[in-house]
Amino acid sequence: MQFGLNESQEFLKDSARKFFAGECPSAEIRRLMETNTAYDAALWSKLTHQGYTGIIFPEEYGGVGLGKVELMLLMEESGRALLPGPFFSTVVLAGSILDAVATPAHKKQYLGPICRGEVRSTVAIVEDSANWDPRSLEMTSSNGKLTGEKFFVADAAIADFLIVVARDGVFVVDSKARGLRITPLQGMDLTRKLYVVEFSDTPAEKLAATSDLSRPFNVATAALAAELVGGMQRTLDITVEYAKTRKQFGKPIGMFQAVQHQCADMYLETESSRSAVYYAGWALEENSPDAATAVSIAKMYASDAARTVGNRGIQIHGGMGFTWENDLHLYYRRAKASETAFGDATFHRERIASAVIDSSTVSAKSA
Amino acid sequence: MDLNLTAEELAFRDELRSWLASNLPTDWEEWREKPIEESFPYLRAWQRKLQDGRWAAVSWPKEYGGRSATLMQQAIFWEEMARVEAPPMANSLGLGLIGPTIIACGTEAQKKRYIPKILSAEEIWCQGFSEPNAGSDLAGLQTEARLDGDSYIVNGQKVWTSYGWVGNWCELVVRTDSAAAKHKGLTVLLIDMKSPGVEVRPLRQMTGESEFNELFFRDVRVPAENVLGKVNDGWNVAMSTLMYERGSYGARLHLIFKRYITRLIELARITPRNGRPAAEDPLIRQKLAQCSAEIEIMRFNQMRAFSRITATGVPGPEGSILKIFWSELNQRLQQIAQEILGSYGQLMAGDPHAIDKGLWSYGYLRTRGNTIEAGTSEVQRNIIGHFVLGLPRSY
Repeated sequence: MQFGLNESQEFLKDSARKFFAGECPSAEIRRLMETNTAYDAALWSKLTHQGYTGIIFPEEYGGVGLGKVELMLLMEESGRALLPGPFFSTVVLAGSILDAVATPAHKKQYLGPICRGEVRSTVAIVEDSANWDPRSLEMTSSNGKLTGEKFFVADAAIADFLIVVARDGVFVVDSKARGLRITPLQGMDLTRKLYVVEFSDTPAEKLAATSDLSRPFNVATAALAAELVGGMQRTLDITVEYAKTRKQFGKPIGMFQAVQHQCADMYLETESSRSAVYYAGWALEENSPDAATAVSIAKMYASDAARTVGNRGIQIHGGMGFTWENDLHLYYRRAKASETAFGDATFHRERIASAVIDSSTVSAKSA
Repeated sequence: MDLNLTAEELAFRDELRSWLASNLPTDWEEWREKPIEESFPYLRAWQRKLQDGRWAAVSWPKEYGGRSATLMQQAIFWEEMARVEAPPMANSLGLGLIGPTIIACGTEAQKKRYIPKILSAEEIWCQGFSEPNAGSDLAGLQTEARLDGDSYIVNGQKVWTSYGWVGNWCELVVRTDSAAAKHKGLTVLLIDMKSPGVEVRPLRQMTGESEFNELFFRDVRVPAENVLGKVNDGWNVAMSTLMYERGSYGARLHLIFKRYITRLIELARITPRNGRPAAEDPLIRQKLAQCSAEIEIMRFNQMRAFSRITATGVPGPEGSILKIFWSELNQRLQQIAQEILGSYGQLMAGDPHAIDKGLWSYGYLRTRGNTIEAGTSEVQRNIIGHFVLGLPRSY
């Protein structure tokens, strides 16, 4: 058993870190977050060139064919750099759904261009109830048309096509389709814009009759947790650096145990989230029977931990941590958005509870 | 990354499983609740039986009676032992901490003298490290040893000594040079507990039991050949012992905790709360789920740490998060048990109304010690702050 990264995984992680560090310096993130969509075409073509837009998809559609652990590593590094724009929406979310439920013809039509970096996309899921339980959805198609509202749709304004999850199936809607209205929400996270998408008798192409998207949702949920891990790591790094250099009472504040122990807890929370995310990636890749629970464990823990790590980081920075100029709040804002997307910690704890309390056998899969 | 067991790991596990299938005692249930003084011969016999199958010290090199097991195999060993609820071994400190230290730091004569009897449980070992004035600041210990001819004269006091009451031998850290810097003047001595001047007293802890002892040394004469490692190099010898303390033994914890949470879920199903079973109460469900998830994460953290040690060859200070994690999780688990059991949670063993014979009231009190023993949570956080994150030393 080896719960560590192999050489090619280390290489992928390392090169992703270097790539994102070069492409997403703080000044660039701040420039993009002031734009309407936080999308940059030049950056997108570089992501494509790296193979990131097709990372987990089959080679026959132009993908790279890597596994879920590799996806976790890439998302961790993109989260560390606070990559702005529609990467998660297009590749992880729309791509995974297409990969899971679309016919070969539809994959060729929609997944292929995603892999090749030619299009942006997103997925419209929750409605005004903001309930991430797919059973709560009400939108239903009628004669090949959709009517209703979807909320918290990330990056909708930059999407070339939207995937819509309805009660009676999964649909594709062209961004120029009749009756489609996209309105921005004033979200906390400035680097991943959210929208309300309204459909009124909007033509939609059915991708699949199923509305069971648990597998691609699990992949997306774990990827979001991986992104949170990257954000936590960056928050920890920035904070430790500050604690070493900032002096009060003639000493670096990192010498005081009240500060040091907060940093130690940030480390514990970050590493524990990382362990949970890597395990979830592995369980998804192996189709392990505990994969869904493993994903909930990762999302539950990372959602809470990212907030706590952010709280501690800002507190240790004192007044500096409260300024706009300091980058910590950018991570803190992303963490709040990602905390609630695909179910917050409370939501996933209830999923875990159903698995361990309501099922007769308690999951005891272990080495 | 591959969490499947390798062929060698599977072979190791299967060999152990088949050995356990024909050798695991069936009457441990009857013995486990008896006072340790009564069950101790039973635990000695169990250890001897294990060693007959070469299972008592799997991590030890083959030439010393072990199996040269990899860390992952050691983890498998402890998981299997927990899975079948095997009795503990009598000489657990000798096997887990002191034996490995003697193998690493001892002379050939010392190895020949002590190792076989550690394995056979013929000689039980205890450890004299902490003192009334040296807990977290272990290097500040004051028990002194003065060279007199070819022996040392030891005077001082140790506390929190497990197995002191039954120990034949003790790994004792003493100050041999009071003029040197505090880490530099220490030496490790191997002391025969029957030496004149050694007194062992039970230390009654907040649970009411006496797991630990206080040791008093008054002019105890110890032959100079009983120095382990070099004179005045005792800090390094002691630290190598403490490294083993954070080794593979923790691999069994997730199974033990899982057994607790499984039982708690059963109790929550039959315990009424606000007119329905506690297992249907949303707040209790949230807490049970959080705890179950953290038990899994504890296991993931351990597996990652073991993999890292396997890859790099040395246990890193990251091990400190394992200690903080399990000890604080165990306290949270006991707190949830108390919330589920309500007023019944306080009933102690012996009360006919106590749930699970007082298991939970005991656990609630006993786990207070978890964040103190084997390095307090504060010391662990200092270690992470300084050695992992590179923050300046705070003391």
